Amino acid sequence: MSSVPTTYPKDTMIHGLGRGVINTICLMGDLFLFGWEMVGWMITRLPPRSNLWACMYHIGIQSIPVILITGGFIGMVLAVQSYDQFKLMHMENQIGAVISISLVEELGPVLAAIMLAGRVGTSMSAELGTMRVTEQIDALRALGADPIHYLVVPRFLSCCLLIPLLTVIADAIGILGGWFFSTQVLGVDSFYYWHYSKNFVFAYDVLGGIFKSFFFGAAISLISCHRGFHCGAGAEGVGKAATEAFVYSFIVIMFLDFLLGVSIVNFYHFMQSVYPGVIR
Amino acid sequence: MNEQKPNDQYVIELQNISRQFGTQQVLRDISFGVRKGETLVVIGESGCGKSVTMKLIMNLLQPSEGDVLWNGRSISDRNTRELHRDRLRIGYLFQGAALFDSLSVYENVAFGLKQNTKLKKAEIDQIVVERLREVGLSESISQKKPAQLSGGMKKRVGLARALAMTPEVMLYDEPTTGLDPVMTDVINELILQTRASRPVTSIVVTHDMSTVKKVADRIIMLYPLARLKPGEEQIVFEGTSEEAFESSSPRVHQFVYGEAGDRIQEMAEAS
Repeated sequence: MSSVPTTYPKDTMIHGLGRGVINTICLMGDLFLFGWEMVGWMITRLPPRSNLWACMYHIGIQSIPVILITGGFIGMVLAVQSYDQFKLMHMENQIGAVISISLVEELGPVLAAIMLAGRVGTSMSAELGTMRVTEQIDALRALGADPIHYLVVPRFLSCCLLIPLLTVIADAIGILGGWFFSTQVLGVDSFYYWHYSKNFVFAYDVLGGIFKSFFFGAAISLISCHRGFHCGAGAEGVGKAATEAFVYSFIVIMFLDFLLGVSIVNFYHFMQSVYPGVIR
Repeated sequence: MNEQKPNDQYVIELQNISRQFGTQQVLRDISFGVRKGETLVVIGESGCGKSVTMKLIMNLLQPSEGDVLWNGRSISDRNTRELHRDRLRIGYLFQGAALFDSLSVYENVAFGLKQNTKLKKAEIDQIVVERLREVGLSESISQKKPAQLSGGMKKRVGLARALAMTPEVMLYDEPTTGLDPVMTDVINELILQTRASRPVTSIVVTHDMSTVKKVADRIIMLYPLARLKPGEEQIVFEGTSEEAFESSSPRVHQFVYGEAGDRIQEMAEAS
């Protein structure tokens, strides 16, 4: 007979808290093992090319419209919000600098990642969750395919490769959106917009944003696939998995953004102190 | 019924299997075996653990206690490579067919062959067409997606997919659930036809008594643990379909004749 107890003591707040902590640790451990298994497959055997292309098309090409809209509006909103403050200081011509730096360092990568966690992450977890509840994942195993190799690896690779590219597109469209609104509506001179953008944004800022988006892509794919694989029964289970995929991805994106932001700034200061002027 | 003389060697054997999900126990200390060429039908009410038993046999789930043996050797003694190789000798027809939604019928049937063999495309094409014909489907549906098929067609494509790998053992998980009587009989005939055309051992999980009558060499009946007293055996019947219909056990009689008895009152009291 099993050693699992069949009766539990009455719940108190401490029990609830303890259970919450244990469940969180179990979830993180399970996610780590899931990721570890995926890395193992990635090293030993890449997924079929057709499968990888299909994922790339879904994650990359089909996300472009959403990214264009998101990026464009972020740029324009930044122009609207910054213009009044800059005008008070008679610095409205320098608005391009604040739009560009905000976009490439922070808002472009983070908002693109959140948008993609919503579009791509929830779709992946719902798709894999449905495959789980309709026994398609069991069918893969029964037919000699490993579900992590067949389903997770292509999604992970596609997200890691394409989310940084989509972030670059979001940055570029955001800067263009900011330029359009600043010059056509707010009356900022186009020359100064580009002049200050160019002088305030360095390659390190752009690369830092892309570097962050790589980790965001990895987190979105891993969390979403994990939630899909551990989806509960029925339509409710699939819906819950999709919601969890987005919420967990969002929290991890924010956490990673903070952690990587601090690391990137500290690395910059360290390099400047050791090799002044090398990083720009 | 099966004309092949069964030999005493079990192809599949379950030894003292228990399975628990969280605090809920589904299977308790069940043991049975299936001989080569035999068709064993597992019957029982919904929730008694029939599908879980099938997944344990296929190693899609692991038992909480006990052992599953393939050809006399425990699954747990096999390494990953052996497990992968030996699992391909077992075909599985899932309850809802479990066809891959994103793939066409052709790709579904060819999936196992593409994943596990080095056959050329022409050879795979030929096998796919043969298997589809075997289950009464024409080549013309091969480019359709599963969503474009009826329930019966899905089951037949699922069967073609399972048979494509030329399995030694076939597991059928409620093969006729949700089908009309004619399609139910088609699937039953296909199970018989599959057994007649190749030396396959079959395990069928069902609560459809027409399937039991038609395909079973031997039956075992599982009973839901929630309705058993502590210490009672979960396998409440083992024998032929004729013996099941003549059984004096009230539990077996109630199931095979589909009688509600005092079940409604019991359920009301339980809730």
